[in-house]
Amino acid sequence: MTAITTRAVGSSPTRIEGTAKVTGAARYSTEQDHLGDVAYLWPVPATIAKGRVEAVDSDAVAGLPGVLAVLTPDNAPRLETPDDAELAVLQDHEVSYRGQFVAAVVATSLETAREAAASLHITYAEVPHDSELTENHPKLSKPEKVNPAFPTDTEDGDVDAALAAAAVTVDATYRTPPVHNNPMEPHASLAVWLGHELTLYDSLQGAFAAQQALAKLFALPPASVHVINEHVGGGFGSKGTVRLGAVLAAMAAREVGRPVKVVLGRQHMFTVVGYRTPTIQRVRLGADADGQLTAIEHAAIEQTSTVLEFAEQTTVATRIMYAAGSRRTSHRLAALDVPTPRWMRAPGECPGMFALESAMDELAVATGVDPVEIRIRNEPDVEPESGKPFSSRNLVACLREGAERFGWAARDPRPGVRRDGRWLVGTGVAASTYPSYVGPSTASAAAEPGGGFVVRISAADIGTGARTVLTQIAADALRVRVEEVRVEIGDSSFGQAALAGGSMGTASWGWAVTRAGERLRAALDEHGGDGRLEVHVDTAEEVKARTGFAYHAFGAQYAEARVDLDTGEVRVPRLLGVFGVGRIVNPRTARSQLIGGMTMGLSMALHEEGVLDPAFGDYVNHDFAGYHVAAAADVADIDAVWVDEQDEHVNPLGVKGIGEIGIVGTAAAVANAVFHATGVRVRDLPIRLDKLLGGLPG
Amino acid sequence: MRITTTVNGQQRVVDDVWEGESLLYVLRERMGLPGSKNACEQGECGSCTVYLDGVTACACLVAGGQAEGREVVTVEALADADGLHPVQEAFLECGAVQCGFCTPGLLVQTHDLLARTGRPSDPEIREALAGNLCRCTGYEKILDAVRLASERMASR
Ligand code: FES
Ligand code: FES
Repeated sequence: MTAITTRAVGSSPTRIEGTAKVTGAARYSTEQDHLGDVAYLWPVPATIAKGRVEAVDSDAVAGLPGVLAVLTPDNAPRLETPDDAELAVLQDHEVSYRGQFVAAVVATSLETAREAAASLHITYAEVPHDSELTENHPKLSKPEKVNPAFPTDTEDGDVDAALAAAAVTVDATYRTPPVHNNPMEPHASLAVWLGHELTLYDSLQGAFAAQQALAKLFALPPASVHVINEHVGGGFGSKGTVRLGAVLAAMAAREVGRPVKVVLGRQHMFTVVGYRTPTIQRVRLGADADGQLTAIEHAAIEQTSTVLEFAEQTTVATRIMYAAGSRRTSHRLAALDVPTPRWMRAPGECPGMFALESAMDELAVATGVDPVEIRIRNEPDVEPESGKPFSSRNLVACLREGAERFGWAARDPRPGVRRDGRWLVGTGVAASTYPSYVGPSTASAAAEPGGGFVVRISAADIGTGARTVLTQIAADALRVRVEEVRVEIGDSSFGQAALAGGSMGTASWGWAVTRAGERLRAALDEHGGDGRLEVHVDTAEEVKARTGFAYHAFGAQYAEARVDLDTGEVRVPRLLGVFGVGRIVNPRTARSQLIGGMTMGLSMALHEEGVLDPAFGDYVNHDFAGYHVAAAADVADIDAVWVDEQDEHVNPLGVKGIGEIGIVGTAAAVANAVFHATGVRVRDLPIRLDKLLGGLPG
Repeated sequence: MRITTTVNGQQRVVDDVWEGESLLYVLRERMGLPGSKNACEQGECGSCTVYLDGVTACACLVAGGQAEGREVVTVEALADADGLHPVQEAFLECGAVQCGFCTPGLLVQTHDLLARTGRPSDPEIREALAGNLCRCTGYEKILDAVRLASERMASR
């Protein structure tokens, strides 16, 4: 061991598991060796949107060679009542949405299971369904709170009076469609029972929470459930908590006495694992002639299912973005006969900021104030809603840095007047924000007998680079080189830890890893180290003591759009994001993650839309042929940079999460650029050519 | 049925393959080669890209039986005794790998692109990789990796 002074945090080691990933050696959840006779489960989705399963006729398939079990609402093992009602799979006969799993077949090969599942005869008692969200839906009501625990409505000052008195107003309604997470790896679970002990290899954003949930469902002590998520092929929120594939795998493995694999098909990914709710958002802004805001109102309408209430926090970013004399925000929710929406990358901020940042652009146009300047003019001194100081806020610095790099100064504000051959050209800007959450976590650190150190924490690397950045953080805390540290993650037996969600992984796990490393270093310095020393830490107290400030990250996104005069085709040749996200632990992994978020935002702006067929109550374009996500050919010059930001209040490492902020504001920047190019304001995503044709200058 | 095929240079024989099984399934579930990924099963994402007789193909769209007597090369065989292939090295160095699920298919596709086109232009790269979806990286670092690999391979 050599004590060193150079810090690993801020350097860019390559991804620790990178070699395993580029050689195909990395084993994702169901890809384990030596598990004996594995069986495969294939689920059967409901073909009605609402009603009951009357009967499942499994006689014809039960005798087929290779079929081991047919699970139905009649014979499936009973589970304890879960906190998450979606996990009560096959526990009753109700059908709450089309595509909900109503049976499953377990067989010795996947194809046998599929074949049998397709030939199961299911009789339903169907009742009329209602799957279409509308502005005046009779079922709209006020949820008790919005995800995860924000007040549903807020009001500050007299919005109506301020709007009535305002020199300039904007009143517009924006719509975002259902958007589906679609990590490239579908949800995949492999359950293995050994007596009364369950081991689950699963594609999840948090092993510890999954362990707790499964223990409860199967009435086991948590110590009897072991969840492993060593490599996860993306999640974007859809793997935030244990999902029903894991429950089916565990249930079936116990029934058939063999390990069981459940890998969802891409089509299932559009229904049973969550998606981003569609939204209808009305924004009203009042301002003086110089664009100084006097009133902001943001009212969101969204949907949930009848299985459980998920109320997206669509308007919460509006509570903290801009100074204004008065402010009102609200959420109304309709529980429809649709699949359950859940978290998708920046739930709330992402669709909410599309509306707010489009409206800010409309205000800039209405007042004649430059879109960058109008945001700077409305910069608050403290968090508008709470009056708390920001732990750090660099929106203005990001806007300025971006304007400089993007060449904004020369911009002619007139819409629809720039041409380059057959292309109309425009530029747009939008702000980004995301809260800097942190969650309590435990970690351990030990000096290894043969030299070197091992740090264990139940973190998940869903592609973020968590394993790599935690190794850097641990090395600094231990004051050794990264090569001397091994960080083990992805295992529930390492104890409670925050989820890889809410952009809080690095902040939360890094905090625990720092404390574990520091404590081990101190112990070694005191006792001298010849190995076998091990420390455990829990940051719960420290995390709870973090108060007094408003903790958020901010950013600015700049986009150039080109729109074909004749076809209305939209291209985005340039995207630049500038972010104030605290200390960057690993520039290599950080840049890629921010650009990835921005690209998903571009994809949302131009391509992504789950198309609901009201007659059937399901998303009809449920595969990659019908649901388009941005491909390499859709992206051109794209870059993400950051401003120097020191934040000593946010957490000991001074880091803010970067997993989600990249997607926030991108769609508005693109829509604003399209307006500048064409003079056509598209207020409902995605921006497809049919929404532009007809409005293009002749 | 029985399939006899050459996979990554080795002759492999598998029995009890059902006629409808895809080559991807046979590789992953019957041969213990899970490097090629299954992300859509309908030829839309490229995660399952392999070489079949020297031509890239979506293994999810090829029936296992069609590989009879033919030669399959997967991501597992891109590295050799000397270490990683320049394409693999470049993906690592450029940060083109995040969750890694799209990576095996992209590596095989890039390997093929650079074998056919020494120094591809950016539009050629984007076009060649347009059938390989990545939900994490935003492609920029993947483009960097392809450029870097092509430079290094050209200067050898
Ligand atoms: S799995 Fe073969 S193309 Fe997607
Ligand atoms: S790295 Fe995750 S899909 Fe490409």
